[in-house]
Amino acid sequence: MQIQPILAALRKHRLATLLIALEIALACAVLCNACFMIASRLSMMHVDSGVDEGALATVQLTGYEPAKAADVDARAVAALRAVPGVQSVTLLNSIPFGMRRGTAGITTDAAGQHFGGVIEFYVGGAGSLRALGAQLIAGRAPQADDFHPFTGLLPGDAPIQITQALAEHLWPGANPLGKQIWLDKSHFRVVGVLKTLVRPDPPGWPTEQRAWAVFVPAQPGPFLTGSYLLRANPQDLPRVMRDALAAVTKAVPDVVIDREDSHTLIELRQKTFQNDRAMAGLLIGVIVALLGVTALGIVGLASFWVAQRRKQIGVRRALGATRGDILRYFQTENFLIVSFGIVLGMVLAYTINLLLMTHYELPRLPFFYLPIGALVLWGLGQLAVLGPALRAAAVPPVVATRTV
Amino acid sequence: MFGYYLELALRSMRRSPALTVLMVLAIGLGIGASMTMLTVLHVMTDDPLPGRSAHLYTPHLDPLPLNFKTDAMGTNPSQNLAWPDAMALLHAHHGVQQAAMAGGSVLVWPQRADLQPFYVDGHYTTHAFFAMFGVPFVEGSAWTDADDEAGAHVVVLAEALARKLFGTADAAGKTVRLGKLDYRVVGVTTDWAPKPLFYADASAKFYSDADQFFLPLADVLGSKLGDDELQISGNISGWSNFDGNLRDPSTTWIQFWVKLDTPAQVRAYQRFLVDYSAEQKSLGRYQRPPTNAKLYSLMGWLRHENLVPDDVKLQMWLALGFLGVAMLNIVALLLAKFLRRSGEISVRRAMGARKRDVFVQFGIESALIGVAGGLLGLGIAQVGLWSIRQRPDDYAHLASMDPSMLAGTVLLAIAASVLAGLLPAWRACRVPPALQLKTL
Repeated sequence: MQIQPILAALRKHRLATLLIALEIALACAVLCNACFMIASRLSMMHVDSGVDEGALATVQLTGYEPAKAADVDARAVAALRAVPGVQSVTLLNSIPFGMRRGTAGITTDAAGQHFGGVIEFYVGGAGSLRALGAQLIAGRAPQADDFHPFTGLLPGDAPIQITQALAEHLWPGANPLGKQIWLDKSHFRVVGVLKTLVRPDPPGWPTEQRAWAVFVPAQPGPFLTGSYLLRANPQDLPRVMRDALAAVTKAVPDVVIDREDSHTLIELRQKTFQNDRAMAGLLIGVIVALLGVTALGIVGLASFWVAQRRKQIGVRRALGATRGDILRYFQTENFLIVSFGIVLGMVLAYTINLLLMTHYELPRLPFFYLPIGALVLWGLGQLAVLGPALRAAAVPPVVATRTV
Repeated sequence: MFGYYLELALRSMRRSPALTVLMVLAIGLGIGASMTMLTVLHVMTDDPLPGRSAHLYTPHLDPLPLNFKTDAMGTNPSQNLAWPDAMALLHAHHGVQQAAMAGGSVLVWPQRADLQPFYVDGHYTTHAFFAMFGVPFVEGSAWTDADDEAGAHVVVLAEALARKLFGTADAAGKTVRLGKLDYRVVGVTTDWAPKPLFYADASAKFYSDADQFFLPLADVLGSKLGDDELQISGNISGWSNFDGNLRDPSTTWIQFWVKLDTPAQVRAYQRFLVDYSAEQKSLGRYQRPPTNAKLYSLMGWLRHENLVPDDVKLQMWLALGFLGVAMLNIVALLLAKFLRRSGEISVRRAMGARKRDVFVQFGIESALIGVAGGLLGLGIAQVGLWSIRQRPDDYAHLASMDPSMLAGTVLLAIAASVLAGLLPAWRACRVPPALQLKTL
């Protein structure tokens, strides 16, 4: 296939060629960045929580004084344990994808000079870490004598289990067991390492900080009350949830059940990522519309060129070109224009990505998005020009003999 | 000539229906997407109190210690006022009207047996709040200055809450249990909800639902902020340990708004703030320069707070990029369409039309396509805004078009297509007539 005649023909229609190339370039740039944003959101939505979500639910009580905590907890836990199907009822202050009660900044030295980051403290009563189902990869789980009563936000001193991600950040390459972290006057010693445990609110944090959490054992009391973690069989869980809420309403009528935050963990997870699902849906819609408009533009312009060059096509056919030759001619022409547009588009995509990085703190576009964008647009261009090209190929040679 | 060109344009649109549909579709989609996002942007940056916002100002003082560093969470205590500062500004009476306020939520214990207790959002404020912001009352009135001083247990309810509790908006004189205490209802306001809720704490959501109750600010001083008491929904931050005493001079949680009518009053108030800061510095309480004290106008404050979330801005740029692609599309298609009619143009030129006339003819044709595309875009934008209203974002329920945006849609569509048609029209009017006439 000779490229020279095609280029010579395109030189006669410089303006239209340039316009289509620009359109492809803009479409490529928007496509690459939008796909990258969708991929980031989707990967965030699929974050590994580290807990057995399908088997867990939470009931949240509120509206009572701390002095009544022991009484309320005793009645509520007894009522919840009596619900058939419930395997365990434990107290946990923060719930993955749910209530957030233990977010604080820590330091790795007693003087408070080395800031370690803002992490989530999961303060839980006996049995709560086991109920979560978080996997322990080093060290030990909480033991019976680790659980002490406390006042304020956190216990003043406790042995903790830390996630691997946080350990890697605080002490890269070193064994975290035995290391300590400080929060004001409270200090904690690492005795176990968890594979991962997601924070209650992953969308608000950068990717690497989404699993910065520690588990602090403590005894339920006025400062660890009203937030219950229920574990049951995944099949029983919906019924157990309904029965649990009814049981608590009957057993402790003088407190308020926070129905908005009392759900199964799967429901809480869906609510947490609602926004991101909506954004991903919007981006997909825009991409589809964008590709549609680009394709329609190519179809329109190609049809016009075919109509304009009818005589020329007829002459070529009369001189011996087959239908396949004509078809290939138009497809190659389209391929050249789209390639030109893609080259411009790559540059534009990276420029736009740099702008997004500086103004909106988005991550850098990985390189493999560009070949993917190129392939999609090449395919789109070829499909779009197929219709007009087939019509061109159907031009009979006799057109060459007519003067009109 | 305008009617003639219009007829020509309509005829040519009918002659090539496929091309016309393609162009109208492209413009419609581009305009629809852009207008959806521009409408959202418009409602988020709109004037919440048209007619009054020009006279409302918010003072900000800088009581922070010299060596204060914002912590990892990024809260800046100087965004709010501490109790002693707020009371000093209030009692100085330097503005025409002034009010101190803080956002709050409280547990309502309804007397009706069929209602469970529930939390509502509202504001603790001083009595001038209602007159200053022009809050309309359905019944009763605000409380008095004496109530403010004494910390009386009175409350003003919004109409929706009054109806929910008592079945009717006629609630003045009744009592309602909020938290641990009983409060007497002195007034019921209409469902007043300025968008955005500009007087809320900067860290609270500006687009949250309207306030359902108003209590005297002094009432919250006695609360320990427990679950079953009056709570503050906003930042309580400071630079020394907070021990629960809301009168603490180093803990800020109060917002302050003042009404100033003339520029001279605005300047006088700015001087007053600087003088007050200098006085506090000489007393040893403030450490930073007195000139750090600022006075923001309402719209200036909204701009300073940079209300529009990044997500919304990104979506707007995406929509505008889409419009750009659609416009490039239109340019190419219009070029094809106009150049195809070279013969017709040549006949017109031969009969005496100037290049200018041909240009205007094609300009009108582009504008007609713009009108059609604009109407389609309006429909698509309404669908887009409906889908945004279903979203869980707190600004979502505001997304709807007001008349100015509706007109703006069609105007944008016409402008975009006329712009897109400029290049093709210019190329078309330069076609040499003699060449084309020969091949006719």
